[in-house]
Amino acid sequence: MSDILVSARGLEVHFPVRSRGPARRGGGVLRAVDGVDLDIYRGETLGLVGESGCGKSTLGNALLRLVPPTAGTVTFDGTDLTTLGRKAMRDMRRRAGMVFQDPFASLDPRRTVAQTVSEPLEVHGLRSGRRERAARVGELLELVGLDPVVAGRYPHEFSGGQRQRVGIARALAGEPDFLVCDEAIASLDVSVQAQVLNLLRRLQRQLGLTLLFVSHDLSAIRHISDRIAVMYLGRIVEIGPASAVGSSPQMPYTQALLSAVPVPHPALERSRQRIVLRGDVPSPSAVPSGCRFRTRCPAAFEPCPDVVPALQPVGEAPGHLAACHLHGVVGTPVTEVPEGVTAHPPG
Amino acid sequence: MTAVPTPGGTPAAPTPGSPIVTRPVRPRWRETLGLLARDPTAAIAAVVLLAIIVVAIFDTAFASQGPNEQDIANRLQSPSWSHPFGTDDLGRDILARVILGASVSLKVGFLSVGLALVVGTLVGLLAGFYGRWVDDVLMRIMDMLFAFPAVLLAIAILAIRGPGTSNTVIAIAVVYVPIFARVTRASVLGVREEVYVRASRSVGASDLRLLTRHVLPNAAPPIIVQTSISLAFAVLAEAALSFLGLGTQPPNPSWGLMLAEGNEFINRAWWLAFFPGIAIVVTVLCFNLLGDGLRDVLDPRQRTLMAGGGR
Ligand SMILES: Nc1ncnc2c1ncn2[C@@H]1O[C@H](COP(=O)(O)OP(=O)(O)O)[C@@H](O)[C@H]1O
Ligand code: SF4
Ligand SMILES: [Mg+2]
Repeated sequence: MSDILVSARGLEVHFPVRSRGPARRGGGVLRAVDGVDLDIYRGETLGLVGESGCGKSTLGNALLRLVPPTAGTVTFDGTDLTTLGRKAMRDMRRRAGMVFQDPFASLDPRRTVAQTVSEPLEVHGLRSGRRERAARVGELLELVGLDPVVAGRYPHEFSGGQRQRVGIARALAGEPDFLVCDEAIASLDVSVQAQVLNLLRRLQRQLGLTLLFVSHDLSAIRHISDRIAVMYLGRIVEIGPASAVGSSPQMPYTQALLSAVPVPHPALERSRQRIVLRGDVPSPSAVPSGCRFRTRCPAAFEPCPDVVPALQPVGEAPGHLAACHLHGVVGTPVTEVPEGVTAHPPG
Repeated sequence: MTAVPTPGGTPAAPTPGSPIVTRPVRPRWRETLGLLARDPTAAIAAVVLLAIIVVAIFDTAFASQGPNEQDIANRLQSPSWSHPFGTDDLGRDILARVILGASVSLKVGFLSVGLALVVGTLVGLLAGFYGRWVDDVLMRIMDMLFAFPAVLLAIAILAIRGPGTSNTVIAIAVVYVPIFARVTRASVLGVREEVYVRASRSVGASDLRLLTRHVLPNAAPPIIVQTSISLAFAVLAEAALSFLGLGTQPPNPSWGLMLAEGNEFINRAWWLAFFPGIAIVVTVLCFNLLGDGLRDVLDPRQRTLMAGGGR
């Protein structure tokens, strides 16, 4: 048994973009996920950060084949999901759950809490009979800190935090090994965020879950992650132990992200240098050639537009990788410019 | 509103042994019915329709004289105690015939709309859920049906298949299939993108389960509204087709047929056409009002989308 649970190789999710107007007939491609290699180890919590729109949700969905990848493979516990048949894939879903961002949208308004939570049990035939399922639903609700008496209620009777607990209970019903939490606390009240975050940490330890924790907010996941992966425009640009990425980031984008995080210590907070990035994130349907961060990078230099940087070992910590030419020019030279990539972006 | 016991963080006190209620505390349909009762117009319409339906079901119990029983001595009698709606040119009791006509009209209405509902909803569900070529093929066929004017299409079908009650049902159903398909598809297009559908897929639900447990129930409100409105038009269509001699065949009464028969005597005996006419107006009006009420209760946003649905 390898201790890698989920593994992506050359994963790409490209969406076709409809052309507006007659000028661009046929449309282009939107490179939401654009060549991701990623290993997630059994039992770890991996934090995935990046600005909104960089492809985090798409990557999380593609790992569970909720969005079909256009290229590359995803392996789950040794099984290649990309070639799995429909039925086999559905069976596999018992072992991987997802917690969604918006707890108001992720629960069917016409189904009771019990119906929602017992769906995985029915689908996978995990408990035979109404009573056994009802008992299991009760256990699950208790596990996520809800009173089992709420089982017969509808989602609209609950607060956001409670709904998110219901969503977590559903995701856990099949006793999965792997849980993707896609901005699971982002749309909750600040006071509730910590409670749900603590719940997820507790469940992770208690159940030995492997967790992919997706967030646009580095400070939110820094303390619960074992490792952190930083995403920019569909690619992973830095990955490593949470302590290393959080304290000595090796890639200018991560440094900028981190500099935006307030430091609790007043003296340190005063001396904190904010790196303000120039301009906006380019569109994923027109990503810059070479290093896709180069249009905003304060340290960009000659090789950056011409060579796509590969992840390479950086810093002191083992397993700390960054894709940046400042650590030596390593990568694929740009020979042709494919669709959706711009050699010299406007502005 | 009842308060939900466990707030945010505090773990619930375990309640060992207590049975867990998984059935809904308050079923949705009871809520809907409650809201509908608060809308007086819709509530009255519903009660009137219920009365008409009860009368139609127990038709013979309400009529003193057989609807096809002739009494030539008492022909063209104006309304009286013994014949509240009068008698027709063959001395048949109009009230008895209006009552039997209700069962014919409603039977045709419910059967044709039911058929259109089943077929149209299935088509719309598949087209909206699967999209791509399924959508293209199915909706292209629906567009072809929709391109014909409604009454013309029904007349054409009856001309080919011959007049009669069962062919009337088929003709009206064919007219309504594309409408149900369109309404369902439009509703499904919105629902299929909902996060809860993806969430259900993420736990391994099959397409069949997604369609029956999540997509259809959430896409249902505009379909229910359309059903009520279509019933109004189906009753009207049955009357029109029977009036033209293509629908229900004599001597069986249908409101439209009675209207045609009474037409001849309109100057001498107004009651022949008046009472079946009133029955049509009241029934059609009530189905429409109920449809409006249901729309307000179930789905206020659909108002504009359905405004042009007068077919
Ligand atoms: N189904 C889709 N069709 C087309 N474009 C999409 C789709 N889903 C996501 N995108 C696009 O892909 C990019 C990445 O989106 P997403 O993965 O949601 O980013 P994030 O979760 O990091 O905010 C965005 O530009 C978004 O508009
Ligand atoms: S490769 Fe160049 S542009 Fe990209 S982050 Fe490093 S220095 Fe900046
Ligand atoms: Mg997202």
